[in-house]
Amino acid sequence: MTSFFTTITLGRWPALVLAATALALGSPAHAALRVFACEPEWGALAQELGGDLVDVSVATSALQDPHQIQAKPSLIARARNADLVVCTGAELEIGWLPVLLQQSGNAKVQAGQAANFAAADYVRKLDVPTQLDRAQGDVHAAGNPHIQTDPRNIALVATALGARLQQVDPAHAADYAKRQADFAQRWQQAIARWSGQAAPLKGVSVVSQHKAFVYLYDWLGLKEVAVLEPKPGVEPTASHLQSVLAALKGTPARMVLYSAYQDARPSEWLSKNAGIPAVKVPFTVGGTDAAKDLFSLFDDTVTRLVAAAGSRP
Amino acid sequence: MHKTLLRAGCALALATPWAAQADTASDIAALRKEIETLRSSYEERLQSLEQRLKAAEGATSPNWGAPSAATAATGQPATASPEAAPASNAANAASAATTAAAGNGFNPSISLILSGLYARTSQDPARYAITGFSLPPDAEIGPGNRGFSLAESELGFAASIDPWWRGAANISVHGDNTVSVEEAYVQTTALGNGLSAKAGRFFSNVGYLNPQHSHTWDFVDNPLAYQALLGTQYGDDGVQFTWLAPTDQFIELGVELGRGRSYPGGDNDRNGAGMAALTAHTGGDIGLSHSWRAGLSVLNAKASDQSVVGVDAAGAPVTSAFSGSTRVWVADAIWKWAPNGNATRTNFKLQAEYLHSTRSGDLVFDPAGANTAGAYRAVQSGWYVQGVYQFMPRWRVGLRTERLDAGTPDYGANAGRYALSDYAPNKTSLMLDFSASEFSRIRLQIARDRASVGVTDNQLFLQYQMSLGAHGAHSY
Repeated sequence: MTSFFTTITLGRWPALVLAATALALGSPAHAALRVFACEPEWGALAQELGGDLVDVSVATSALQDPHQIQAKPSLIARARNADLVVCTGAELEIGWLPVLLQQSGNAKVQAGQAANFAAADYVRKLDVPTQLDRAQGDVHAAGNPHIQTDPRNIALVATALGARLQQVDPAHAADYAKRQADFAQRWQQAIARWSGQAAPLKGVSVVSQHKAFVYLYDWLGLKEVAVLEPKPGVEPTASHLQSVLAALKGTPARMVLYSAYQDARPSEWLSKNAGIPAVKVPFTVGGTDAAKDLFSLFDDTVTRLVAAAGSRP
Repeated sequence: MHKTLLRAGCALALATPWAAQADTASDIAALRKEIETLRSSYEERLQSLEQRLKAAEGATSPNWGAPSAATAATGQPATASPEAAPASNAANAASAATTAAAGNGFNPSISLILSGLYARTSQDPARYAITGFSLPPDAEIGPGNRGFSLAESELGFAASIDPWWRGAANISVHGDNTVSVEEAYVQTTALGNGLSAKAGRFFSNVGYLNPQHSHTWDFVDNPLAYQALLGTQYGDDGVQFTWLAPTDQFIELGVELGRGRSYPGGDNDRNGAGMAALTAHTGGDIGLSHSWRAGLSVLNAKASDQSVVGVDAAGAPVTSAFSGSTRVWVADAIWKWAPNGNATRTNFKLQAEYLHSTRSGDLVFDPAGANTAGAYRAVQSGWYVQGVYQFMPRWRVGLRTERLDAGTPDYGANAGRYALSDYAPNKTSLMLDFSASEFSRIRLQIARDRASVGVTDNQLFLQYQMSLGAHGAHSY
């Protein structure tokens, strides 16, 4: 058996194995903590809390649907080298993250390890289904996973992530603590500012394209009167759009919201037919040109919503 | 600290009957004091629990990971929300209680794939053959049953075993009421350094399509090259080791050893390995919209007295017995495109594989009759190219074209006993599928199959594939 096997090994493979080893040894050793963030908001948060102590790599962009990402080779390679994985959790990444971690061969970032951080574990989830049935569409057992649209959630996650950074990189614990305290202070001031700016939005009725904004509504006191997707994750159909339009006659809404990664057409259709503005919400960092970091993400979100609410005759 | 006090209190309370027998004033005073302590400790505890509950209602519900995070957070001078830390502890206690109550929480995740097929073919599937390729009599080639049939119903189980292992099994129930174990393996989770080891029954990692379960295929059937050279899909019992290089470029190397359970292996009864394979894959992104993967693998399988059906010089089917080894090289490449990496609306997938097989050893012509042995060497190959385009949400079209080269086998002493053919089997398939959600798919496929010389089989398939239960994560 040995000879049978070595014929292959020694015959044609050493060159490739050597080349791979050379590549492996050639890559520079990173001094910074390598953070693999599933979504841009957590990448931005890790950057705020880690500064130059972390080397952040973000798996998805604001223009991608975080439910539907493929376990691409590039992502597997990055997960393999990560010192900390920061994701939303609550089953948002269930279609791709498990296979990514499985194939990464990286023991420390597996689910349940300290270097695997799920943001949704640290906030109170809304829309937790009382009954689990796929007939209800793409429901998440743990509740709505789009927690990043409420800055108060970001604050909670920041506290937990700051602590986690100290845990996985204890050598720089004091630096992380300092950065986190600084961020927390700036963030609380910003929340107060946004809440003030958004005061006119309280009680305003809105339509959502996807049930992606429950936390935003919970924060600002917006009222969701209809959703364009007939079931979560199911593309809006013509008949369902018609029924939403009809329902709006009885309970009018002031605007329709959609996320940057979504097809704008259903919202634009409703906008045209119901005569209400369609608002593109950046949803995460990079979703719009103005949403460059976590602070400008909420600056832009609030500005867009307030403008839409004010534009009504 | 509270716990210690409570325990002391309880112990004292239990001891009361005996203590009372002493009946001295000092004892009574001491007991009164202890009871006071007990009462105040309970009150303190109740108050703290009430506070925690209040905080939990207003703030958070973290998982098991909270204690460490929360402890660290309380140690900090300024936290974003002071109630976060105590809230975590309360919620943590609550969630621990729920988990303990649900013993089924440790059950493996279960998924079930249901699939059915309607097939219409212009030729009789029972006479299906691939000209120039001698395959075992039970080889899974061709379109299978005509008319309505239940395809594989696939039950999948997966769970962590302990902090070091995970396990998975795929049990396939076939339309003819037979059951087979497609995969059943344990895999390490804690080796680190990019290493992973698997043991049990699994699909070999050679090529691109080979490790994929049939419900993830983009066409109803596997390409002819897989049917003719790898027994449709090569699975084996053995061990697999993979190593992922610590580079930004994806580079994965793998080694497999197995018994050679299925064709081209001969289900060997030997102490050593009957199959050995080496796999190498690399891949990456090109900008935001493109990603790719390419690989080169080689599989070496042994067989002794393997029964294969070929064609004799007179054109009649004849059984032969092959003893020797088969080496199959597989080169695979896949390229995926999605605008800005968002595959939800439109996306395109182009994949191609080339298989090259060298079979060498001895072949016994008609063991039950003529029974003449001769040296044997056959070099055969095949390729396919397919493209699948999602032109709007939920709808995809695909085209696959493929061709085989049977080569000119050297039959040694048996030269002249077998038919030789320079025919190149080929096939073209076109498919359209609709997925109402990511859990259901209905597919229409038409194919012009020219696997046999002089025969054109026009095939039509209507297929459904549905996934129930646990949400599976699919590989690239």
